[in-house]
Amino acid sequence: MKPLLFALRHAPTQRLDLSALTPDRLAGRALKEIEAIEIGTTKVVVKVGDVFKLRSGDPRALHFEGGSENFDFVGAKLLPGFSIRVEGDVGFGLARNAKGGEITVAGDAGAHAASGMSGGTVYIEGDAGDFLCGPLAGEIAGMSGGRVVVRGNVGARAGDRLRRGVVIIEGDAGADFGARAIAGTIILNGKAEGRIGYLNKRASLVLAHARDFGPTYVDCGAHNFAFAKLYARALAQDSRRAARTLSQKLQRFAGDTAVYGKGEILTPA
Amino acid sequence: MPQLTRKGVRIDDSFAEAFPMAGSGLVITAPNRKWALTAAQVMTGYATSVIGCDCEAGVDCELSPKETPDGRPGVRVLAFGFSPKAVEKALVNRVGQCLLTCPGTAVFSALEGDLKIKVGDAMRQFGDRWQISKALDGKRYWRVPVMDGEFLVESQVGLVKKCVGGGNLLVMGEDWESTMRATEAAVEAIGEVADAITPFPGGIVRSGSKVGSKYKGMSASTNDAYCPTLRGVTNSALDPDIGCVLEIVIDGVSDAVVADAMRAGIKAIVALGPKDGAKRIGAGNYGGKLGPFHYHLKDLLP
Repeated sequence: MKPLLFALRHAPTQRLDLSALTPDRLAGRALKEIEAIEIGTTKVVVKVGDVFKLRSGDPRALHFEGGSENFDFVGAKLLPGFSIRVEGDVGFGLARNAKGGEITVAGDAGAHAASGMSGGTVYIEGDAGDFLCGPLAGEIAGMSGGRVVVRGNVGARAGDRLRRGVVIIEGDAGADFGARAIAGTIILNGKAEGRIGYLNKRASLVLAHARDFGPTYVDCGAHNFAFAKLYARALAQDSRRAARTLSQKLQRFAGDTAVYGKGEILTPA
Repeated sequence: MPQLTRKGVRIDDSFAEAFPMAGSGLVITAPNRKWALTAAQVMTGYATSVIGCDCEAGVDCELSPKETPDGRPGVRVLAFGFSPKAVEKALVNRVGQCLLTCPGTAVFSALEGDLKIKVGDAMRQFGDRWQISKALDGKRYWRVPVMDGEFLVESQVGLVKKCVGGGNLLVMGEDWESTMRATEAAVEAIGEVADAITPFPGGIVRSGSKVGSKYKGMSASTNDAYCPTLRGVTNSALDPDIGCVLEIVIDGVSDAVVADAMRAGIKAIVALGPKDGAKRIGAGNYGGKLGPFHYHLKDLLP
């Protein structure tokens, strides 16, 4: 059965809150009902039917034909067993608090993608904005499970306060990559600007390119890590570049010793 | 005993009687095959029978780097015990003393199982707070720092509650050499059956037992009916042409696996024939009242 299709009629003129459009929330609803859902965020009322032309299909899989940087909260609170595909860009809070399922974005994603996510897989074929997997202001932890794969570049503070899960970035990262990470694993195949792993507590940051990590990361030598080989095998399907980085002998820098110091930065030796 | 014949090998119209056991398995990997095999051999040592050991354990199969979770050479071992608790205790001790200590090894769960037992979780404290937890695809692993790098161990391993222990074949031949040839061929064939092990030395046991003894307090003693040197003085089960009896004991993760293993063993013995191998195949039972699993040899013939 074909997925339930949302074809974009025209570019939205205001930010849209698409958190209501997830497979579990649309199950059992008629197209007319779905078209009447309000998704606007200003005084001007915008309904699904104003922005999208719908074609009926299996609501367990949603397909957005066309995207926009105004598409906020796509796949928010998504549950296991469902999937969403966006042929275009998305805005703020992609997969916000998602608990499972699979989200694929063919374009770019805005800030706070995968924020608060606790399970599932997110593929971003383009770039991602600032605070990838990071928490919103006032929240203690960022992403707490699942897997995020970004084929392009990411903005500043990627992996901020990451609690658990695996993040793969095939492109470059902005400033403060892996800042305040609590735990989890981030693999960066490109280069990172500025500080790396600032106040990292227990996370593993795997970088394809070695550089100076500052005085609070201490060199622990080059080793063959069985866990890295396990990850290489498990992640090979999602990113062969990440798997290649992990398969090598890795130099371990323990830190950030300015805080807990049980984290690490690993780079090919 | 009424007998059937296949290619000149006499097969008793008897059955093997087996018992329910709890079973678990580990995949042990190492940087090379030598150390994976060493780890597996030591880990499955002194684990022939639950009568005197904490579990019955053995190597199920070798795994190529393509088949292991971390892409290194590996070995799959299985361990069986009377209860899930007993298996857990045995595995925690064995992983702690034999695998944590063995250079280069990493340990993963081999079975999904009905329930999980904490094996890696018991190892983590050896790390003295330097251990690192890693969660991947719903599983947790511990990285415990050791002197050759890190010991990677999965936090929990699967356990199957309804396993079968004690499937068996009695291989009878004219002398030790020919009987051993047939038994070795059977053990090799059983080795090809997945999810089954033969826990005795080289898969073979020569001291088959009967229930009870003339001595007080001994629950089992030598099976005199199958001892060739007592053929004249006891109520022997042996024919005049039988000079040696060897037994293969099989533990498997399911009823079907044990039946498949026995079938493979019988096929190999029959294929060798009575001239170079065994003249007769039997099976051990206790009258059918003790164990719920009965494997009739006539149903397993090639």
